[in-house]
Amino acid sequence: MEIINRKTKELSLAREIEHSQVSRRKFLRTAGIFGMAATVAGAGCSRSGDDFVDNGGVVDLGSGDFGILNYAYALEQLEAAFYIQATATPFSGITAAETGYLQDIRDHEIAHREFFKNALGTNAIKALEVDFSTINFGNRDSVLGTAKAFEDLGVSAYNGAGRLLVSGDYLLIAGKIVSVEARHAALIRDLITPNSFAASDVVDGMGLDVSRTPPQVLAIAKTYIKTQLDASKLPA
Amino acid sequence: MNLLNIITEIEKKDPEVYDRINDRRSALKNFTGFASKVAAVSMPFMLGSMFKKAYGQTTTSIVSVLNYALTLEYLESEFYIAGVARGAALIPAANLPAFTTIRDHEVAHVAFLRAAITGAGGTPVAKPAFDFTAGNGNNMGPYADVFTNYATFLAVAQAFEDTGVRAYKGQAGAVMSNKDVLTAALRIHSVEARHAAHVRRLRKERGATNNDPWITGNNAGGIPGVAAVYAGEETVTQAGITITNINGLAISVDAATEAFDEPLTTAQVLAIVDPFIV
Repeated sequence: MEIINRKTKELSLAREIEHSQVSRRKFLRTAGIFGMAATVAGAGCSRSGDDFVDNGGVVDLGSGDFGILNYAYALEQLEAAFYIQATATPFSGITAAETGYLQDIRDHEIAHREFFKNALGTNAIKALEVDFSTINFGNRDSVLGTAKAFEDLGVSAYNGAGRLLVSGDYLLIAGKIVSVEARHAALIRDLITPNSFAASDVVDGMGLDVSRTPPQVLAIAKTYIKTQLDASKLPA
Repeated sequence: MNLLNIITEIEKKDPEVYDRINDRRSALKNFTGFASKVAAVSMPFMLGSMFKKAYGQTTTSIVSVLNYALTLEYLESEFYIAGVARGAALIPAANLPAFTTIRDHEVAHVAFLRAAITGAGGTPVAKPAFDFTAGNGNNMGPYADVFTNYATFLAVAQAFEDTGVRAYKGQAGAVMSNKDVLTAALRIHSVEARHAAHVRRLRKERGATNNDPWITGNNAGGIPGVAAVYAGEETVTQAGITITNINGLAISVDAATEAFDEPLTTAQVLAIVDPFIV
């Protein structure tokens, strides 16, 4: 059973990688900017109403609750892509326990990503292009350090986004996800430095975790997202 | 609801019980590495008075939620104060810093919530007496060795933290009319989840099965008597969307349950903590 599960996971991973390569090729063809992806710093189309329109490669997250859900979807895409890569090319010296944890987290992030994709339906932004050129996937410090940054960022993003949601149902969903991100963050931190699961750089003297606004979060995340995002219509 | 009544009764009989046992000044003094005393004192008051002005009509219900949260934070803070006070007799030296951190956070949450309630014009409930053996005051409950046996201490800690995460989550809708209270509650909520993850991993490393930092299905990780803490965590459907194998990807049932934490209602939480309240 264990073997079958692992097998299925690998097949799924292969599909994922294939999918991302296909969309990348398609993007390059559609946008007609072969070899210029880095300078264009973006991909494809953005949403405007119900139609996809070319907007200089900028992806519009939209407004209202859908905007916030697209914002979460973007972050989950980033996290999922990171853990897919981190598990496909494990860092040197990785332990069995670490492998198990990273695979679990990968599956959680994929579940989050796909949930938002389905919940948003036709309002969903497209698959984003990521930029992991600053990450050394062969190196434990680099991988876990990035994982820590992403998880703490995710926690702060959901903590800050709750107040921007109008729907109580979406708020509850965000609450269901943020505590899982906090569990990830705590584990990754403990793997790096024992007992740092809730250290004073993330939990203040009042016992409160970090909260960030969408612009604050995206300013940090943009290092890792090649696609340019337009967050100007998000609620504030 | 009877729990809140009990607390109110205690306060009527002994209005100074809070001041005598755990006044704000001594709570602050207990912090180690407390960097921003001014912010800690003034911020909750500002928060409270802000939402009192802006949301006067909902103050009553929001104060009730804050008092409910305060009750749970009393439970946690007193538990860790007692546990950490045992020192090496209970907690291995390598783990003591973590529980000191957790204790400080829970004590800070108590101070924060009391100040927020007072600032909103409400009255913080008094701290009840606790029986951490879950014996309803006879101190001979199922966790009788909670402060002498590290395994039992960890088990009760895990149950409290996972309950806390679910309890805050269950109140999000009730406080969403006030954005500042909602944000503060979320910021406490994720700290409880960090605590839970750490304690769960400590237990995993000591041999607990199905006890990753995240909750798999409704597994209680071998802790007896806490089925209610994990009931409902086995759900694989979110907002009508099936997470298992979503969109043809290999997401197992386990992963689908782990990826989303579930809320508990007030009644469910009070039933869980009732044996711990004298």
